[in-house]
Amino acid sequence: MEIRGRAHKVGDHIDTDLIIAGRYLVSTDPAKLAEHLFEDLDPSFRARIRPGDVIVAGENFGQGSSREHAPLALLGAGIRVVVAASFARIFYRNAFNNGLVLLECPLAARRVQDGDELEIDLETGRIVNCTRAETYQAQPIPPFMRELVLAGGLIPYVRQRLGVAGDR
Amino acid sequence: MGMTITEKILAQHADLPSVRPGDLVECRVDMLFANDITAPLAIQQFERIGIGRVFDPDRVAFVLDHYVPPKDIASAEQCRITREFVRKHNLPHFYDTGRAGIAHVLLAEEGFVAPGELFVGADSHTCNHGALGAFATGVGSSDLAAAMATGRLWFRVPHTLKFVFRGTLRPWVTGKDLVLRVIGDIGVDGARYAAMEFAGPVLRQLTMDERFSIANMAVEAGAKNGIMEPDEVVLEWVRPRARRPFTPVYSDPDAEYAALYEYDVSEMEPVVAAPSSPSNVVPVTEAAGVRVDQCFIGTCTNGRIEDLRQAARILAGRRVHPDVRLIVIPATPRVYRQALEEGLIQIFLEAGAAVSTSTCGPCIGGHMGVLADGEVCVSTSSRNFVGRMGHRQSKVYLSNAAVAAAAAVAGRIVHPDEVVRSPVAA
Repeated sequence: MEIRGRAHKVGDHIDTDLIIAGRYLVSTDPAKLAEHLFEDLDPSFRARIRPGDVIVAGENFGQGSSREHAPLALLGAGIRVVVAASFARIFYRNAFNNGLVLLECPLAARRVQDGDELEIDLETGRIVNCTRAETYQAQPIPPFMRELVLAGGLIPYVRQRLGVAGDR
Repeated sequence: MGMTITEKILAQHADLPSVRPGDLVECRVDMLFANDITAPLAIQQFERIGIGRVFDPDRVAFVLDHYVPPKDIASAEQCRITREFVRKHNLPHFYDTGRAGIAHVLLAEEGFVAPGELFVGADSHTCNHGALGAFATGVGSSDLAAAMATGRLWFRVPHTLKFVFRGTLRPWVTGKDLVLRVIGDIGVDGARYAAMEFAGPVLRQLTMDERFSIANMAVEAGAKNGIMEPDEVVLEWVRPRARRPFTPVYSDPDAEYAALYEYDVSEMEPVVAAPSSPSNVVPVTEAAGVRVDQCFIGTCTNGRIEDLRQAARILAGRRVHPDVRLIVIPATPRVYRQALEEGLIQIFLEAGAAVSTSTCGPCIGGHMGVLADGEVCVSTSSRNFVGRMGHRQSKVYLSNAAVAAAAAVAGRIVHPDEVVRSPVAA
């Protein structure tokens, strides 16, 4: 599966309050949450994001609260992959559980500049920077996380395992 | 090779003789919970699973604590969704306004967590319960839904970092100061994916309330869990409360630690974490003089009776500075009642503080003390991220309850000693 989109750079230790502020946690609708994505980081950020774009972050992306509204807000804005030097652990689980792919790639986190065009192969973790004619290799997605992504997230995965019939 | 307390609890709950850091294991969950922010999403995901019933109603709790009493129609709807689910499934452990407190404090008080158990909550500060010698960790709503359906959840076994505290604590230096100091040293990702095991003679002298503050903030260093071996203080605290028989678990003498950090705390001052990271930690005297608009004493980190006693020691006979609002929120109705009985609420009201019913409220900038543009707050909470308590240009200093109370009196950040040295009003 390939993603092509523009990179939006953010820094180290971006917390889930910056991704979606606490005052908006009164909805579970990804589209509504997406309206306020990164609002406290930069109020003009949201207007620059188009579906398919890629967030490129530094260390420890997603630190802080366990709010699953954070990956939902990203998905609601049409973001399907986040590349970072590293991720905070609860956010990491929440993202894969909802089908948001996270790629760990410190090199990409250093080299990619805001606005670069990226082509990402989610299967292999290969990141092509079309703007700079560079290629970076992310850590492969761990096998269990791959299973979650292939199943369509944690809930379909649990349904398969429990043998619950029908589709929801 | 021996195992740490964290590895042992995970192995026992995975029905394995042993586990090693990095192993992926599926564990039985002893107890789980969600709050009014995370429950609606967990319920939605649970309904999608389509299994129709929770694995064991006696092991599921719902606590409405964040935006309660509801601040607006949307938050009232979140509570309603949770309430209806609880009724539909006839779940016995539901805590609604009046009987609800901040979940981490309430669920420990109510005996839902005991040494050696595995506890998950859809709230990042669930690591709080590690102070009881349990493996406790925060998860998202989907994970909680999966655990609610199956009674099981997968974990990657974390490596363990050990923190040993020795020496003698000076006055006004608390568990909160110890954990802030650690986070200041190792950073907000210093324990990413790791277990933080706290130990040493200083820890054993701390009250349960101060121990909870320490375990509570493990997540602020990126940890999966914070944990302490259950000593006699823990066992005496848990025995009258525990709802099930339990077996304490201890680290093996030859357990392997990824790193060992040793602290002599004897020279330590109270500290604050300056804006806008819990790792931006300095001694209180280095931040002295910063003018404050609001002080907040409460939350799952420091809204317990011991915190209120520390604050009352500063506030007794004194007045909150005319330019400052002081908000005090006892973490649970039980803490509130005890504070009433001990005369603490009287002290707060006479000092000019606002005292509220239990809620997380101001800690996540929800209600009950949201900050305006440029305002400064000294807060006993656990996070001072940009915009955490309100406007993105507001600033939060994290501290213990005595430092927050002292700042409320002085109108600026001060060492508590400076306030208690000044004479009280006649």
